[in-house]
Amino acid sequence: MSDTDAHVTNAYFRETMIAQQPPPATETGAIKWLRENLFPTWLNAIGTVVSLYVIYFILSHVAPWFLNGIWNASSLSECREIRDATLGPDASAACFAVISDRWQQLLFGFYPSEAYWRPVVALVILLAGLAPVLFGSIPRRFMAFSLASPFIIFFLLWGGSIWLPIMAAVGFVIGFYVARALASVNQIVAVLGAIIVPILYWFVVMMPLVNILQGILPIGIMAIESKQFGGFMLSIVIGVAAIVLSLPLGIILALGRASDLFIVNKLSVGFIEVIRGVPLIVWLFTASLLLNYFLPPGTTFDLTLRVIIMVTLFSAAYIAEVVRGGLAAVPKGQYEGADSLGLDYWQSMRLIVLPQALKISIPGIVNTFIGLFKDTTLVVFIGLLDPLGLTNSIRASTDWNGIYWELYVFIGLLFFVACYAMGRYSMYLERKLQRENR
Amino acid sequence: MKKTIFLGTLTVAGLCAAAASAATLDDVKARGNLNCGVTTGLTGFAAPDANGVWEGFDVDVCRAVAAAIFGDENAVEFVPTTGETRFTALSSGEIDLLARNTTWTMSRDTDLKFDFIGVNYYDGQGFMVPRELGVTSAKELDGATVCIQTGTTTELNLADYFRANNISYEPVPIQTNAEAQQQYLAGACDVYTTDASGLAATRATFEAPADHVLLPEIISKEPLGPLVRHGDNEWGDLTMWVLNALIAAEELGITSANIADMSAAPTNNPEVNRILGTEGELGTMIGLEADWAKNAIMAGGNYGEIFERNIGENTPIGLARGLNAQWTDGGLLYAPPFR
Repeated sequence: MSDTDAHVTNAYFRETMIAQQPPPATETGAIKWLRENLFPTWLNAIGTVVSLYVIYFILSHVAPWFLNGIWNASSLSECREIRDATLGPDASAACFAVISDRWQQLLFGFYPSEAYWRPVVALVILLAGLAPVLFGSIPRRFMAFSLASPFIIFFLLWGGSIWLPIMAAVGFVIGFYVARALASVNQIVAVLGAIIVPILYWFVVMMPLVNILQGILPIGIMAIESKQFGGFMLSIVIGVAAIVLSLPLGIILALGRASDLFIVNKLSVGFIEVIRGVPLIVWLFTASLLLNYFLPPGTTFDLTLRVIIMVTLFSAAYIAEVVRGGLAAVPKGQYEGADSLGLDYWQSMRLIVLPQALKISIPGIVNTFIGLFKDTTLVVFIGLLDPLGLTNSIRASTDWNGIYWELYVFIGLLFFVACYAMGRYSMYLERKLQRENR
Repeated sequence: MKKTIFLGTLTVAGLCAAAASAATLDDVKARGNLNCGVTTGLTGFAAPDANGVWEGFDVDVCRAVAAAIFGDENAVEFVPTTGETRFTALSSGEIDLLARNTTWTMSRDTDLKFDFIGVNYYDGQGFMVPRELGVTSAKELDGATVCIQTGTTTELNLADYFRANNISYEPVPIQTNAEAQQQYLAGACDVYTTDASGLAATRATFEAPADHVLLPEIISKEPLGPLVRHGDNEWGDLTMWVLNALIAAEELGITSANIADMSAAPTNNPEVNRILGTEGELGTMIGLEADWAKNAIMAGGNYGEIFERNIGENTPIGLARGLNAQWTDGGLLYAPPFR
């Protein structure tokens, strides 16, 4: 008997409380967690042990390879010599020296090394330009910068005369004011005017104007052809351009497919089904091989631009289907409510239907974009040197012939970072836009 | 109806292409550089270094042609091409010259409408086996598993060879040379077969190259050469004679070391003088300056120097001259006279 019950005369009940005891060892802390999560039943316990062994097995093979990685060598054979000297010939060691030797090439391709700052600054401007679009908390006035950023990025990457991007941007301004001026006349005329006048400007007026301005006030930086683009930079240029362009195009196609207008509807359906029914690699071959035969000889229509157009069209067809799913999920009452408010088609779409439809479509849209970004590696088949294409070129030098995993691990990491960021942003956006259960 | 329009468009496009390609040299001169198609990367033949400068055996042919035209070996734009895109790139005019380890075959020369301007490397298909197998001849390979790139002439050559010798094999289809190396080293196949130059380059990268042997049999003819579009004979002649100049230079002892002296004043050898432009007017016959060949040879040296620097016995690839020696040394290189 403990002394707490010393004065108890009646043995059937206590008079004092027992001091608080710690819970049993099996019900607390790490042991409890282990019991509940890893070893709740015999079957699970066996599963846990097997899984642990598999993890150990993989790590015991991969970890030494990683940790013994050799970063300073000028060739694979030198890597092997260093390994033999320090670890013995049987040790497994990665030769990451290939990455320290060639990382600039993997990132920038054949871009002139003295101009490496330009893609870096362009990336910063891209992120700064995207921020007001992606995050609502940033003041709306920064949107003006977002609108200007594509032209700044173009100027930085391709260089040449500063007047070309400026005059190209002027085309959009002209379109805006034409639409505004004609809006009082007729809406259809305004839309047509806003499309036709800038196109005429771009094709007829712009280039002479650029040449004149360049003659008067020559400002510019070294022009760099897109032939010299390569590596991860090429993936980002193709990926981002296609993502930014395919979203609006895809939304328009989705609206066209849902439209009652016969021609618009059939054209959209035809476009979507044809583009979607053919593999991307076929479109890339079309861009690189077939178009050459149709274009007048001597006109070299930039291959990277052709690829961007094809990837954009391909992705737009997928986005259109994703958005169509979103449109279908918006209750019919919403459409009718918009009509009963007296909104016209564009107003009801812009204010009522699309915000809801796009919110529903976010996971699908981001999914398509992640897929698109990774599909940019297919350009290797038409001879563009993206990171995967460059692995072949790097292996073709006698220094690095025979090296595989180190390069693929590095490229995989680059793509993972980009795709993971997109995935996280999609989840953030979904949480932010959640209205139902707030 | 629609089909007619389509075909008509094709015809017009084809006619325009033919008309435009009629004066490739003028186009190249106006552009200020040569567009030369190379591989996206093949050890010893074409690969960019860490600074993005292309180098290799095929690349040096491009540089020699550029030097002959412009006097500047760097006036070349290298266009990486894949096995699928190479021929279209050439016939559409995207490139002026294709130097991409391309085997000279009859159908490529005739049906695809190209002109091979010569052979810069005589290759052939060979076999590599691990030394521990103890195989000394390809005829002992009965029942072997063979790693083979699908969709290539090597696959057909292999089938022909084994059938002719009445022995069996089990193919392990693979897509790229990189994959083949991995499969072969992992023991997925007993034998790896591809062009002998490729086998040598592959073996050089192994941890223990001495554990693998190249069998003596060469089972196919693979004359690899640069090619141009059919129909512009002036351009074809120019490139052909640049290649011949490199080969003749080796035969006549013109090297990058002594070319400055030899071209300074006429030498005792009239053919050397005609090549180097100190005598005769061979340059104007192909629309170039008198010192065209001098510039071409100074770009990367004569054929022998180019060979030694990129794939020769002192490089990790370590190819012997073999068939690619001068005819005077028992090889097949035989440049027609410069006269």
